[in-house]
Amino acid sequence: MQRVSTKQSDNVNIYLNEKPQLIGPETTAGEVRDLHKPDADLMICNGFPIPAEQLLQEGDRLVLIRRGEIPPDDELEALLTARHTPGVHAKVKQATIGIAGVGGLGSAVSIALARIGIGRLIIADFDVVEPSNLNRQQFFLDQIGLPKVAALRDNLQRINRAVQVEPINQRLTSENIPALFAEADILVECFDLPDQKAMLTESWRSHYPDRPLVAASGLAGYDSSNSITTRRAGMNFYLVGDLETDARPGRGLMAPRVGIAAHHQANAVMRLILGVDPAGE
Amino acid sequence: MQITLNGHCKEVTDNTTVAELLTSLGLDPTRVAIELNQQVISRERFGDTLINAGDSIEIVQFVGGG
Repeated sequence: MQRVSTKQSDNVNIYLNEKPQLIGPETTAGEVRDLHKPDADLMICNGFPIPAEQLLQEGDRLVLIRRGEIPPDDELEALLTARHTPGVHAKVKQATIGIAGVGGLGSAVSIALARIGIGRLIIADFDVVEPSNLNRQQFFLDQIGLPKVAALRDNLQRINRAVQVEPINQRLTSENIPALFAEADILVECFDLPDQKAMLTESWRSHYPDRPLVAASGLAGYDSSNSITTRRAGMNFYLVGDLETDARPGRGLMAPRVGIAAHHQANAVMRLILGVDPAGE
Repeated sequence: MQITLNGHCKEVTDNTTVAELLTSLGLDPTRVAIELNQQVISRERFGDTLINAGDSIEIVQFVGGG
C-alpha cells in the first residue's frame, strides 16, 4: 500500500519564550533567532545555553535573550525561568507556600522560592529589620526599621513580579497559625526560638496532618557544612539542620550555615511540589 | 516494658506518661514535638498520656537559631 506523504507533519512544534511556535523541519536555533529576535545574543534550550547551529527538536523550549535588555512583562517569566529544568516552573507556579518567620532562614527560603517562580508566598513575622540581622538575613541597610515582611515583599518583587506575596505583620501563635496559613500547601518553619519551633510544629501538624511541614533545627556557628541534612521526622514532616548546634553565647548565627539550612528547606519544598521525597536519594 | 523511641528499642517502666519519659530523658517539654503511634500529641496532654508496651514514639527536640 502506498504511504501517504507526511510532509506536513515534518514541521516541528517548539516553545519560543514559552509560547507555542511551529517551525520547519531541520531548523536551527540561529534561524529561529534571525526570524524572531535577530538581536538576541543568548539562546537557551531546555534550560541550557546552546550554539546557533544546533537543530531544534519536537517539544524543545527555546528562549531568546538579549543581554542587558529588560524584557516586556509578557516575556518576563519565560526569560526568568529559562535556566530551569523544563517542567519545573509550570508546577511550582501552582503552589502556595507559607513561611513562618522571615529572619535568616525565612528571608533566604523566600528568595530562593521567588527565583524559581513559586505561585504564591504567605510570609509572616512581627519583627522589624535591625542592624544585627544583616549578617545573615536577606535585607539591606536602607531597610533598617521597616517591618521585615514589608521589606522582604519589596525585595521579592524586585526579583520576580509574577510571585504573589502576602505579608502578615503579626506574631504567630498556636491559635492563629491554622487560619493565617489555611491556604498554604506546605509550611516552612523559620523561627529562631526552640519553643516557638515546637509550638508551630504541634499546631500545624495537628491541624493539617496531610500537609507537609519543613522545619529547621541546628544551624548555628561554623561547624561542617556537611553535617546539615534533610531528614524525615514523621508523616509529612521534614527536618533540616544538624539537630544539635544551637545559637548561644560564644556561638552565633551567620550567613553561610544559616543559608545552607535555608536552601535545604527551599529544595525540600521544590522536591515536595515535584513529587520527590525530600529526604530520599 | 519495651517501646520504640525514635526507631530504637527502649525499656521504660510500666505506666509511664509522656511527661515522665521526657523528664527521664532530660528533655525540656516546651522544646519538643512528639508523635505517639503517628499521632501528634499536644503539649497539654503530655502529663496524662500514658505510653503502652509496643508503642512507637518519635521525639524531635528543637534547638535555637534561625
